[in-house]
Amino acid sequence: MSSILKLENLKVRFSTHRGQLEAVRGVDLDIQVGTSIGIVGESGSGKTVMSRAAMGLLTGSNVTREGRVTFDGKVLSEMSREDVRNEFGTGMAMIFQDPMTALNPVRRIGSQLQESLRVRLGMSRKEARARSIELLTLVRIPEPKHMLRKFPSQLSGGMRQRIMIAIAISCNPKLLFADEPTTALDVTVQAQILELLTDLRKRLNMTMVLVTHDLGVVAGNTDYVAVMYAGEIVEQAPTTELFANMKMPYTEALFKSIPNIQMKAGSRLPVIEGRLPDPTDRPPGCGFAARCSYAQDKCFTEHPELEVAKDGHLYRCWFPLGDSVPRKVS
Amino acid sequence: MTNHAHLRKDSDVLLRVEDLVVEFKVPGNKVVNAVSSVSFDVKEGETLAVVGESGCGKTTLGKALLQIQKPKSGNVRFEGNELTSLSKNDLRSARTSIQMIFQDPISSLDPRMTVRQIVEEPLWIWSKGDENERLEKVKTLLNNVGLDPELVLDRKSYEFSGGQCQRISIARSLALEPKMLICDEPVSALDVSIQAQILNLLNDMKDRYGLTLIFISHDLSVVKAISTRIMVMYLGKVCEIGTTESIYAKPAHHYTAALISSVPVPDPTHKVERTPITGEPPSPVDPPSGCRFRTRCPAATELCATEEPMLREVSDGQFVACHYPRA
Repeated sequence: MSSILKLENLKVRFSTHRGQLEAVRGVDLDIQVGTSIGIVGESGSGKTVMSRAAMGLLTGSNVTREGRVTFDGKVLSEMSREDVRNEFGTGMAMIFQDPMTALNPVRRIGSQLQESLRVRLGMSRKEARARSIELLTLVRIPEPKHMLRKFPSQLSGGMRQRIMIAIAISCNPKLLFADEPTTALDVTVQAQILELLTDLRKRLNMTMVLVTHDLGVVAGNTDYVAVMYAGEIVEQAPTTELFANMKMPYTEALFKSIPNIQMKAGSRLPVIEGRLPDPTDRPPGCGFAARCSYAQDKCFTEHPELEVAKDGHLYRCWFPLGDSVPRKVS
Repeated sequence: MTNHAHLRKDSDVLLRVEDLVVEFKVPGNKVVNAVSSVSFDVKEGETLAVVGESGCGKTTLGKALLQIQKPKSGNVRFEGNELTSLSKNDLRSARTSIQMIFQDPISSLDPRMTVRQIVEEPLWIWSKGDENERLEKVKTLLNNVGLDPELVLDRKSYEFSGGQCQRISIARSLALEPKMLICDEPVSALDVSIQAQILNLLNDMKDRYGLTLIFISHDLSVVKAISTRIMVMYLGKVCEIGTTESIYAKPAHHYTAALISSVPVPDPTHKVERTPITGEPPSPVDPPSGCRFRTRCPAATELCATEEPMLREVSDGQFVACHYPRA
């Protein structure tokens, strides 16, 4: 297998009135062709910033990006914005969280779908129209011909997200970023959209990065999972390995706090107390220490590095779960 | 035809809703049937979860209970008062004992008011106590919802995270010591880790203040932790109502089963036995004849198109509106 997207020591900083805000603090990630990886974390963990930085979508004057991003053999981080732009659509594409606002409200679905086909692939009007009907069929929209004439406001959230997916896959991208693609949708529609994405990924041989805060969404739809906390990857493993053998107390806490449909009715949910540390003023030790029920003195003073266990299981913790070292519970 | 088989006759019924209808007029002389003849009751101390997809009328139902949205017909009886026929003034005082918290915690708080003003406002409007007493009350409320009064009193809502804003909303809703709290998707805008905190908090507040809750949500996994009874709605109608245990253990309506099987399970080895429903709900402007779910139902037949199913008991306290309930 070869690598499609490689992030090396990716850092993203924003200058704010409160000082430098380090949203992503040195992420290394190597995504193999044809796999599907889930990026999981709470709001503010840096998962969205990381994926946008990887695609080169963060361009404000208050943004500093460091590190190396290699996509399909090309070093994106050293390319001009124009050249990076040329990779969009055919190389990589993104589906955004909010299907309500991601589409242009005053343009018809057809024209939004055909735009990238005409610009990127140089299709004629007629070809683009035929292809967009194909795409709408692919994302299982009934009566695709009628859909072309509609405006986004005439569609439900689920339908708009299907349109977003159709636009994203229109130029056969090699890599698809899906940033919380189902968070704004109902559970029944969520199940349909996730199934659709998994099916399309296999059929079109795409690599997929699924960014979400929901470990439940990741479980059935990815090969690998990276858990992010406070701008860093804190645990990474093949999906089945991660769920069977969590090493990071944060992952475990996140997992336990999911309201599980299999739990007893009326039972009390375990919670993660506290909040993410202030991103302008990170603590010196482990970012999770203050909220961790296993934390010891060392956790507050020394920053843990990413350790490698067997089966490529990475974790960032001084006292990983399932370890033989005796731990006192504070 | 009445559809009241599931209504209970007990004396401790706090809220009783009968044949509630809410319609909206839309351009083209059409009518959106948001809530179509819904009946249910809630006993004191219960938590009734109202579950369904977007557009099933669950939020409209919540608003219609409080008469924020005037129902077209039907009765809402709360503590012996018929809310639909109260005068404006009587309705205002009746509303002090039913409060509501909303889906988006950030936009439901006035950004120009301090937390103290937000929580104090209901007390101030109803002239409860003098200034010192009110301040003490606000402090107690904030403490109870897990916020440190000294730190938050003089800050404004935009300085807080979504979870904290929801705590402030809860404190505000409890200021007048209501009997009933209507929670409209209170956790759907929050992270999973924060969701659990707010759900636990609502359970604590329920015990501490002796509340009865109506909990509106689209997510059946969230509902399980908090409800004692569940009412499933589809396109403005009640599909199924029963105790939380019975609904999860043996969903009788095909729609309920589909909702349960759509919840993602955080276990990669879990094999999904999905009840196949496809597509999205039809338009409430022109709902299907007979059973409204028939267009997406795997078990639908001719009968479902011609005759509307009535709620009937399938097991103890579990009622379903389906011609062919799941065994």
